[in-house]
Amino acid sequence: MGFLDIRNVTKSYGAVEVLHRVDIAVEEGEFLVLVGPSGCGKSTLLNMIAGLEGITSGDIAIKGRVINNVHPSKRNIAMVFQSYALYPNMTVGQNMTFGLEMHGVPKLEREKALAEVSKLLQIDHLLDRKPGQLSGGQRQRVAMGRALVRDPDVFLFDEPLSNLDAKLRVDMRTEIKKLHQKLKTTIVYVTHDQIEAMTLSTRIAVMNKGYVQQLGTPKEIYDTPSNLFVATFMGSPAMNIIPAKVAMVNGVPHAEVMDADGKPCHLRFDQANLADWAGKEILLGIRPEVITDPEGADRASRNIQSLRNRVTVTEPAGSDTFVTMTLSGKDAIARMRADATVAPGQVFDFAVNMEKAVAFDPKTEERIRP
Amino acid sequence: MSAVTQDTAVRTGRITRTFIYVVLLVFALFYLLPFFVMVVNSVKPLSEITGGNMMALPQVWTLEPWRQAWSTAQVGVEPTGLRPYFMNSVMMVVPAVAISTVVGALNGYVLTKWRFRGDSILFGLMLFSCFIPFQIVLIPMARLLGLMGLAGSVPGLILVHVVYGIGFTTLYFRNYYAAFPTELVRAAMIDGAGFFQIFWRIMLPVSGPIIVVSVIWQFTNIWNDFLFGVSFGGTSQPMTAALNNLVNSSTGVKEYNVHFAGAILAALPTLIVYIVAGRYFVRGLMAGSVKG
Ligand SMILES: Nc1ncnc2c1ncn2[C@@H]1O[C@H](COP(=O)(O)OP(=O)(O)OP(=O)(O)O)[C@@H](O)[C@H]1O
Ligand SMILES: [Mg+2]
Repeated sequence: MGFLDIRNVTKSYGAVEVLHRVDIAVEEGEFLVLVGPSGCGKSTLLNMIAGLEGITSGDIAIKGRVINNVHPSKRNIAMVFQSYALYPNMTVGQNMTFGLEMHGVPKLEREKALAEVSKLLQIDHLLDRKPGQLSGGQRQRVAMGRALVRDPDVFLFDEPLSNLDAKLRVDMRTEIKKLHQKLKTTIVYVTHDQIEAMTLSTRIAVMNKGYVQQLGTPKEIYDTPSNLFVATFMGSPAMNIIPAKVAMVNGVPHAEVMDADGKPCHLRFDQANLADWAGKEILLGIRPEVITDPEGADRASRNIQSLRNRVTVTEPAGSDTFVTMTLSGKDAIARMRADATVAPGQVFDFAVNMEKAVAFDPKTEERIRP
Repeated sequence: MSAVTQDTAVRTGRITRTFIYVVLLVFALFYLLPFFVMVVNSVKPLSEITGGNMMALPQVWTLEPWRQAWSTAQVGVEPTGLRPYFMNSVMMVVPAVAISTVVGALNGYVLTKWRFRGDSILFGLMLFSCFIPFQIVLIPMARLLGLMGLAGSVPGLILVHVVYGIGFTTLYFRNYYAAFPTELVRAAMIDGAGFFQIFWRIMLPVSGPIIVVSVIWQFTNIWNDFLFGVSFGGTSQPMTAALNNLVNSSTGVKEYNVHFAGAILAALPTLIVYIVAGRYFVRGLMAGSVKG
C-alpha cells in the first residue's frame, strides 16, 4: 500500500470509458509524472485525485483513507492549474492565503505561512500586486506558492509550465525539481512533454488512450519500454524502429537488417531468448545515441556491432551531429559526437551498441522480454 | 506591425469624416428636438404656449409648472401632483431591480459553474420567458396576485417585475459567466470555499460590467412599464400610470406646461441612470457577447 493509492480506477462519460482500470501506488515523497499525448486522460485522472471529477469505479486513497466521496477541500491536496487560476480580484498575498482563510486558519498563522513561502519562492516583493500586474513566470510562482502554503499531503500539477516560453520553462523545471528535493513532498504532475517527464520524475506513468502503458523509473521507461508506443513516445529524436529478421549465426540470434543498397547486415543480439524467433520478423528498436561513430561508442558496452551503411543527411546541432541513413527501407537516425567527420553520400562504419537494443513483436507491439 | 494591428478603427478621408459627422449631427438634432420642446415649454406660463410659438424660448421663465406637476396637479381625482406616484415607482423599482439582478446572477452562476442534468433545457425555458408578451399573462397574473393577497400593492408589482425580469437577467449573467474560467471555481473549491463563498468572493467582484447591464436594463424596463402598472397597481399606481392620468384628465383646461414638466419628471430617472452608467452598459454588453 502506498501513500497515494489509485486502485483499479475507471472513468466513463456516459457510455464512453475514457480511463481503463488504472492502478498506481505512489510512495511518500515520490514525484510521479503522468505523461501521454493529448486526450489520453491525464487531466481526468488528476482531477479525480483532486475530487473535481467523480470516480466511476475503483478507489483512490491517501494515507490509507479512501477519498472517493470526500470533498476536494477535505482531501488535503493542493493543485496548480495550467492557467494558474489566480483570483483576479485579489492580491498575490490574498490569493495565497485564501485557502488557509477558508480552512479557518487564524490570521497570525496565515501571515507566517505566507511570509515563509513567499520568501522560498522569491515573490515576497509582489505580495500586494494583483495577478494582472505579474509576468507569466511570476504568476506561475504565485500559483505554486498558493499550493505550498497549504502544506498538503499531495501536490497536483496540471501542465504548470506549458504557458511559459521555452527558456523560462527550463528554468522553472529546475526550480520545481529543487523544490521537490528540498521539501520532499509527494507530487503528481501531468505533462505531455516527455523531457519534463524524464527530468522531473522519480517515476513515470506513460498513458495512451486511457490505459497506463508503462509505469516505471525514467531509466526503465527509457531503456526498456514495454511496448512500441512507449518506445516512440519517450525520447527525442524518437527511437528508430527498424523491421528486421532474426537470423541465427553460429547458433546466436542476430538482427538481419538491409543497408541502403539492400545488402543484409547482421547485428548480434544480447538477448538469448530471441533464438525462439529465428527466421521470424521482429521490430528492432535502437535509440539514436546507440548508433555512433566507432570512437564515440560506449566503452563499457560488451556488445558493439559494426554496421556499414551510406549516410543520407547530416544535421549538425551544435552539441551533437544527427546522421540519417536508410535501414531496411526506413530512415534511421544516429547521434554522433559533434566533431565526428561524416558527409552525405559517404559509406561509413557505424558502431551499434546492441546491449541497448530492444526487440518488439510486430503483431502485439509488445516488447519481447528477455 | 503592432501599430497597424492595434489601430482597429476604420481609416477614413477628411470628406467622408465630415459627411459622417454631419449625418450624426442631424440624427442627434432629430432626437433632441422633442426634448428641447418639452424643456422649453415646461418653463413658460400656459398663456405663452396657447397663444404663441411652441418652439420659442420663454419670455417669462417660471418653475411653477414643475412645482405643480410635482405636488399640486390634479392626478385622477386627487390634487396630489406626481410625488406620491414617484415614490410608488421608486419603492417598486429598487427592490424589483435588486432582486431580479441577484437572482439572475445566481442563476447564471449555477447554470455555468454547477451544471446539472437538464440545465440547458431549463435555461432554454427561461430564455423563452423573455419572449412572452405582457398581455398574455395579464389575467393569470391578476388571479395569482389575488390568491396571494398582493393585488393592487407595491409588493405585487415587485413580484410581477421580478418574475418577468429573471429571464433577461439570467441570460446576461449566464453568458457573462460562461466566459469566466471554470478553473478558478475549481481552485476555490479545493481552497475550501463553499457555494456562496465562491459566488461572493470570486465571481461577484469581477461581475461589475454585467451588473451594470442588468441594472440599467431592468431599471428602464420596470420604471417605464405602463401595462403592469395600471393593471396591478390598484391604489399604488406607478409614475407612468399617474402621468397618463395627469395628461388625460378631462376636467378644466389642458395645462400643457405642467404636462411637459410631468413627462420630464417621469423620464428623468432613466435618463440619469443612462448618463451615469451608459458607457459601462455598452462595455458590459460587449464583454458578455465575446463568448458563451
Ligand atoms: N466532460 C466530458 N465529457 C465527455 N468526454 C470527456 C469529458 N471530459 C473529457 N473527456 C474525454 O476524456 C478524454 C481525456 O481527457 P483529458 O482532458 O483527461 O485529456 P488529457 O490527457 O488531459 O489531454 P490534454 O493533454 O489535451 O490536456 C478525452 O478523450 C476527452 O475527450
Ligand atoms: Mg489536460
